[in-house]
Amino acid sequence: MSGEGAVAGPVPSRRQVYEDRQRRRSLIIAAASTGAVAAAVMILIPRAPGWDRVQASFFNWDVFASTFPGLLGAFMTDVAIFAWCAPAIAVLGLLVALARDARSPALFPLRILGAAHTDIFRGVPVILTVYLIGFGIPGLGLPRPWNSPYIWGSLALTLTYSAYVAEIFRSGIESVHESQRAAAQSLGLSDRDSMRFVILPQAIRRVIPAQMNMLIALQKDVALLSFIGPVEIFRQAGVYKSLMANFTPYVGAAIIFLCITIPATRYTDHLLARQNRERS
Amino acid sequence: MAKLSLRGVVKRFTDHTVCDGIDLDIESGQMVCLIGASGAGKSTLLRCINLLEPIEDGEIFLDGIDIAVPGLDPQAVRQRIGMVFQSFNLFPHMTAIENVMLAPRRVHRRPRQELLPEVTGLFTRFGLADHMHRYPDQLSGGQQQRVAIVRALAMKPELMLFDEITSALDPQLVGEVLDVLRLLKNSGMTMVLATHEMGFAREAADKVCFLKDGRILEEAHPKILFTAPCHPETAAFLARTLK
Ligand SMILES: Nc1ncnc2c1ncn2[C@@H]1O[C@H](COP(=O)(O)OP(=O)(O)OP(=O)(O)O)[C@@H](O)[C@H]1O
Ligand SMILES: [Mg+2]
Repeated sequence: MSGEGAVAGPVPSRRQVYEDRQRRRSLIIAAASTGAVAAAVMILIPRAPGWDRVQASFFNWDVFASTFPGLLGAFMTDVAIFAWCAPAIAVLGLLVALARDARSPALFPLRILGAAHTDIFRGVPVILTVYLIGFGIPGLGLPRPWNSPYIWGSLALTLTYSAYVAEIFRSGIESVHESQRAAAQSLGLSDRDSMRFVILPQAIRRVIPAQMNMLIALQKDVALLSFIGPVEIFRQAGVYKSLMANFTPYVGAAIIFLCITIPATRYTDHLLARQNRERS
Repeated sequence: MAKLSLRGVVKRFTDHTVCDGIDLDIESGQMVCLIGASGAGKSTLLRCINLLEPIEDGEIFLDGIDIAVPGLDPQAVRQRIGMVFQSFNLFPHMTAIENVMLAPRRVHRRPRQELLPEVTGLFTRFGLADHMHRYPDQLSGGQQQRVAIVRALAMKPELMLFDEITSALDPQLVGEVLDVLRLLKNSGMTMVLATHEMGFAREAADKVCFLKDGRILEEAHPKILFTAPCHPETAAFLARTLK
């Protein structure tokens, strides 16, 4: 053993010297191999026969610069739809999760409803739900503003996503150790209070990373509403594409999505990693 | 009249009979220890007394009133009986004092301010005054178990059940928890313990019951049971555990 003193002192220990050398070595190797791959991509792709055409129609700087502000503006519609759907999904998801575990016989209809909700909306592609609800309900001839595709599109997203979110909440509730329930009951707490003060707070904390993943997916699926009317970023990009006969606006839209989803995904991974560390 | 009387208590899980006609009387202020091999049914019996498990047959009298009547609201009964488990007692998302105050606040509807002096007093009495505002994962296993006891006491129970509360602890932490049990016994609490701590049962119990396959094979004062067991099974069990 080199001992604690050797590590803290000014002279690096034998092990430290070795590890530093290893670290420098791997850094150089990583840099060299990344450079080689990047160079290969940059040299080879432009040599592809269709590259000039692709570059002109997907990576046109002038088109990008002129459409980007408009896309960003349209993206605010996505953000708004996301902002009112997310809390609605959280609330409905939690209610469905609780309804599905309700034991009282008077609540039996709620249980059936909850089960039907999860089965149906997890079983149908989101885009189909958006179409059916987004076109179907306004088709009843409702007066303004009740024929707005924003309302029914948002409802479709909320119903679909709350089905998944409810299942995640349920898995969280089940993951709380059985003795926590027993401990709460033995104190004389009612089932309701046990759930509210003991089980749910622990369950919700555990499923936060999983729910974050649902939020990221929702952020992307908001673009599906473009099929029933709202001019959000995907539809706006389509408008620009037709106007300029160029696909670059789609690339711009993708970049805007990535700016949101990559940091959010990284943050979720970080939360998950921390949770796994804590539990081990 | 005994504080707690069990008459012919039967508990079955599907086809497996875990309590097979248990009779037991516990006088007010007595400490009774349940001993027996793993799987003998000690935990299950305690859970039945607290109505965490419904029983198939028999009666459980608390102060002469049958609490095992099917259809009775178990919540009111559980408020009169405190229970501490082997592990995972405390709610990890609450500090020690929040753990202790939750049930009095929700069940007895008593405000925090009114509870504070009383709860602080309990923490001090059990040597936990410095740990009131810590989260369970900031406490040692022994401290956690003591907080769990304080939490049960805050409901002012008439009867306390302990299910092997020291068996998940490091040996050097067992003593502090047993000290709390002694303190509690001296204050006159009626207590039922499932335990593997034979030394403690021998020293502190008023009565020791040896369970095997869901039956009480022998019950006696510890002086008698540990030195001159009547039943050969008891003798064999003691020989195995005390060697
Ligand atoms: N919920 C349950 N469902 C089915 N069987 C159960 C259940 N709980 C306990 N048992 C069974 O009942 C028997 C007695 O269990 P119990 O936990 O009461 O024993 P114990 O005496 O407390 O043992 P230990 O010393 O290991 O704690 C065991 O065979 C166990 O498998
Ligand atoms: Mg047990």
